[in-house]
Amino acid sequence: MAYSEEVLDHYENPRNVGKMDDADPHVGTGMVGAPACGDVMRLQIKVSDEGVIEDAKFKTYGCGSAIASSSLVTEWVKGMTLDQASELKNTDISQQLALPPVKIHCSVLAEDAIKAAIDDYRKKQQ
Amino acid sequence: MQIEQNYFTLFGLPESFHIDKAQLSERYRALQRELHPDRHAHAGDREQRLAVQYTAHLNDAQATLKSPLKRALYLLQLRGHPVRDDDRRPMAPEFLMQQMLLREELEEVAASADPDSALEQLQKHVAEVRKQLEAEFVHHLEAADEAALLAAVDRVRELQFIDKMQREIEQLEERLADY
Repeated sequence: MAYSEEVLDHYENPRNVGKMDDADPHVGTGMVGAPACGDVMRLQIKVSDEGVIEDAKFKTYGCGSAIASSSLVTEWVKGMTLDQASELKNTDISQQLALPPVKIHCSVLAEDAIKAAIDDYRKKQQ
Repeated sequence: MQIEQNYFTLFGLPESFHIDKAQLSERYRALQRELHPDRHAHAGDREQRLAVQYTAHLNDAQATLKSPLKRALYLLQLRGHPVRDDDRRPMAPEFLMQQMLLREELEEVAASADPDSALEQLQKHVAEVRKQLEAEFVHHLEAADEAALLAAVDRVRELQFIDKMQREIEQLEERLADY
């Protein structure tokens, strides 16, 4: 299967790979997995007191499309408010990366990951 | 010639996760011989076509029952609780954490001082996790009530991650052996 140039770019030069301190109250961590392919993804956000995402990191063990999807999301959400970031749709990701139908679930995984990270951050703030 | 649809019945095996592997391969070979094209050379078109279809069915059945993961998936399908790819229920956080850590460990194996023994240790650990998950799966499957079957589905969803991890371990093992 041929990957799009966008996917290859993120796969070869993934943005924002790494890990943040989960104990930090400003950090929200989302962990998700797709049983069908066995991919696991961790996406973390660092949120300012004003509710703006200042930084984002990810680590994905999976195929090129899953890595590209999570890499793209970390790029996109930086500078967004939590509300803006929670409106991200998997279709935005799959369109941007030109994912073929069999790889749509990778963009779903990335959407689930950012939502889980936001949920985790909000729970911490309560 | 009659096609037995149920894979377990086809090989004369009870419908359970633990199977007699010797019987599986014995029955498989016997059925293969029975279906061999040479035996049907004088048969009519229809019968020959059926023999080809039956062979495909036989091969699917053998591949399904031979693989523990495929066998588990098949058992759930027979119980009316197939594992669905579009099931978006989140995985348990502790499970995902464990998977993340195991994959990090795998990633670090190649760079460790003694990759072979590091890989062996990881392999043992993952095999134990798998054994535990399989035992829980069997337990839930035997209980067979609705809640237990859903728990059995969850264990198989987790086994899918372990299965992939083990394939990756094998790949790394081959790469290390090539050096």
